[in-house]
Amino acid sequence: MDPSRKRAIRLTVALTAAVLLASALIFVSFASGAEEVTASQLLRVARPGRTYVLAGSVVYGSVRHEGTALLFRIRDPKLHVSVPVRYTGIVPDPFAAGRAVMVTVQRRSSNAAFVGQANSLTTKCPSKYKAQAGS
Amino acid sequence: MAPVGRTLLILGLLLAAYGIGASLYGARSGRREWVDSGRRSVYALAAVMTIAWAILEAAFWRSDFSFNVVAQHSSTTTPTFYKLAAPWSSQEGSLLLWVWLLSLWSSLILFLTRKRVRDIAPYATAVLLTFAAFFTSLAAFLANPFTTTASPPPEGAGLDPLLLHPSMMIHPPMLYSGYTLLTIPFAFAVGALITGKLGTAWISVTRRFALAAWLFLGIGIVLGARWSYTELGWGGYWAWDPVENAALMPWLCTTAFIHSIMIQEKRGMLKVWNVSLILSAGTLAILGTFLVRSGILDSIHAFGASTLGIPFVVLLAVMLATSVGLVLWRRDRLRSEAQLDSLLSREAVFLIQNLVLVAMVLVIFWVTFFPLISEAVTGTKVSVGPPAFRPFIVPLALVLVALAGIGPIIAWRRVTASNLRRNFALPVLAAFTTCVVLVVAGGGTETRPFALAMFTLGAFVLTTVAQELWRGVGARRAMTREAPPVAFGRLIRRNRRRYGGYIVHAGLAVLLIGVAASSSFQHSRDVVLAPGQKVSVDGYRISYVRPIASATAQKLSFGAVLDVSKGGRHVTTLRTTRGFYPSQDPTLGQIGRFFNGNADSDVGLKAGLTKDIWTVINPNLGPLQGLINQGDKVFQAALVKAMRTAATLPPAQARASLNPLWALRDQAISGITARFVSHPWPVNFLLIVDPLVTWIWLGAIIIAGGGLIALWPIPALARRRRTARVPARPAAPPVAPAPAPAPVREPV
Amino acid sequence: MDVVVVLVVVAAVTVFVSAPLRRVRTAEGGAASEIAELEAAREAKYREIRDAELDHRTGKLSDEDYEAIDGTLRGEAIEILHRLDSIGGR
Repeated sequence: MDPSRKRAIRLTVALTAAVLLASALIFVSFASGAEEVTASQLLRVARPGRTYVLAGSVVYGSVRHEGTALLFRIRDPKLHVSVPVRYTGIVPDPFAAGRAVMVTVQRRSSNAAFVGQANSLTTKCPSKYKAQAGS
Repeated sequence: MAPVGRTLLILGLLLAAYGIGASLYGARSGRREWVDSGRRSVYALAAVMTIAWAILEAAFWRSDFSFNVVAQHSSTTTPTFYKLAAPWSSQEGSLLLWVWLLSLWSSLILFLTRKRVRDIAPYATAVLLTFAAFFTSLAAFLANPFTTTASPPPEGAGLDPLLLHPSMMIHPPMLYSGYTLLTIPFAFAVGALITGKLGTAWISVTRRFALAAWLFLGIGIVLGARWSYTELGWGGYWAWDPVENAALMPWLCTTAFIHSIMIQEKRGMLKVWNVSLILSAGTLAILGTFLVRSGILDSIHAFGASTLGIPFVVLLAVMLATSVGLVLWRRDRLRSEAQLDSLLSREAVFLIQNLVLVAMVLVIFWVTFFPLISEAVTGTKVSVGPPAFRPFIVPLALVLVALAGIGPIIAWRRVTASNLRRNFALPVLAAFTTCVVLVVAGGGTETRPFALAMFTLGAFVLTTVAQELWRGVGARRAMTREAPPVAFGRLIRRNRRRYGGYIVHAGLAVLLIGVAASSSFQHSRDVVLAPGQKVSVDGYRISYVRPIASATAQKLSFGAVLDVSKGGRHVTTLRTTRGFYPSQDPTLGQIGRFFNGNADSDVGLKAGLTKDIWTVINPNLGPLQGLINQGDKVFQAALVKAMRTAATLPPAQARASLNPLWALRDQAISGITARFVSHPWPVNFLLIVDPLVTWIWLGAIIIAGGGLIALWPIPALARRRRTARVPARPAAPPVAPAPAPAPVREPV
Repeated sequence: MDVVVVLVVVAAVTVFVSAPLRRVRTAEGGAASEIAELEAAREAKYREIRDAELDHRTGKLSDEDYEAIDGTLRGEAIEILHRLDSIGGR
């Protein structure tokens, strides 16, 4: 076969594979992702039964235990709004009041509490690389 | 000495600026003395940064809290090893470490190339000094490790307890070494593009630095995984966290580079690909450094937002634009000198491997940044985790392992059918046998096709490596009649690149077998147990024997002793604790701050070649809260009263007058802590039985060993002997073979 | 004391970095970079020849393939050596 034709075929195969991979990547990313929201966004948009990743800081004085469940409030980074969360499962070592956390939450009905999915709580390491004007 | 340190940073910046100018002027004008002066400015920068680093280390060692960074990240009670490692737990110290390491590696490469690649070296010097100037500026003006306070505190804040782990102390220097080493081939690639000298010279002088970068990055990544597994308390070693991915991407790119440069060296092919790869790897290394500090992605590692985000974005934009511009400018000189002869050749296998590795990088990049991409495109931030990576990374990893087996047993340029049969028969048979045995033996492999595929391909790779070593030793012994161990050692010594690489492939197979087994066959249970209660996990009976607790001034510890048995026989005793370090936050209460500070877990781990039994306790301290609150009230009132009395006394006496109160407080804390043992309540345990996790660490050690072998330089005398002997046998011209005298054969 | 340390370091750095500018330089041949490229190519070719020999001895190349490849590689090596000789390289 003519070398330039071979090159053209190889290029076509490679480009097709790349396009297929890219399409699959985009699809899977959207399909497997969960909307990441702040406390204020969650209160505004949360629909019962739907999963959200709630990000924010743990409100000082809000952490308490009820049996094996951990109860705490997550504060919106910008607004004076916080959301109560009831969580069971492994609590990461860096978890503490004031720390930035992410937890996957859901609620059964519009008035029910937000329940954190077991073992979905992640905490940022206490900030060593702080912004100059407090984060 | 802090003013000296600050001055040295400015001096370093001036040296970098001078060196850039001198190198570029020397290169453009052809005046060698300016190039040499520019090179010397790199050496001088290394010396200056070494002194600066020593000043910082000395401050940590002495617990000199007049240095802000020492006060924020160390204490008098921090163990010495961790004191010396604490500088890089801070933004300021880590920036200084970056510059110091960069200056050392830059000095080394410029010393080694002072008489070689003389056209390229000055531009490479300028690029390296640009990086040095960037990081030195950040350290000098935005995050200075030598800022001091006029009134140093009597005690420092101490190191985050999560970092009090050997892996965590070695992990950052390994990663930084990897990142800084990657700037070397990056800089020489830029120099080669600017000068148009795009042969193999720039590759041959920087190849070892790329390999060293790969090795250090790999060690850093594995140490991070090990720390995650043994320290973080979630039972895993890889979470596809953005900062983990940020180190993995340049490592994958560099893996592709160290393979594909062999094709350019041998065939003059893939020039565009190689420069693009190393420019990408260098850019990804800077991206990784940026991700840890910027806070733009949510990660357990991303240490909050910092002011350094914008300078890094600017640097990354400049690197990207320069790289693309240079490659486009020089595309004519980057044309391949040869064509791919056959898809059945080692070149083709390397090429496919490169495509697989780059595909992995693109997948990881896309998914890592997807929250930002989705927010930019749709206005909604979408968080993705491991389920988004697995559908792509697992099949790509399987292809990679297969190629790791095929590559060593396929020749360069072309292969015949009979050779294919001869070389593939045994490995294919081993793979097939492994597959059949695993399916027949049961255990669930047939229901986990990807894991089964990985075990099968792992057997294939290990057999090819064993076959290659066997045949190589045999070939050597045929000529030298050496004993097998001697022949084995000399074979590897004389062919370090080849056999070092084969050992790396074997290590990769072992590691990925461990990953496949531990992620597909893990049994875990999240349970609540009271003392005396038992639970079963994967046939093991685990019983909560008794609670344990201890209280010291540094730490409160709550844990459990667990007994593990199987089939009625005792297997092991596990001990797991969760420690709480006192917080300095007075709003948490005089007693409460000891129970609500930083925490760290000590996992209970019984590691074995076939299985790990892992556990962590999550003690709920809720039942103690009533006592803690009561204690807070009582001691707060007592403290107020004692402070009133102390205010009337001279300072030394005032401090001493509070000692009885502190002693009572400590007794109260010990008493409250002891209730965890005397009045135990049900607590949460995560129990995991995980097969072949140890294979991951063993595989990593094998990879590191193979990498070191490949990296080790050949002694100069042996190199001269070898190059003198090789052309001794006359060459046959390509068209008409000329008769050759009896060949002078040297052992392989 | 700090001032003394800084002055000593600055002086040492200045002397060290400026030393090449104070030396008399002899002119250099312009072919150095081409020689470097050819030497790198030569080393790579020698490695290829050894690799092909090892591939042959370990059964990855048949005798015919090895003879053909070895001949080609040695021819390419000779070409590089000739080019090096013509511009005065080692």
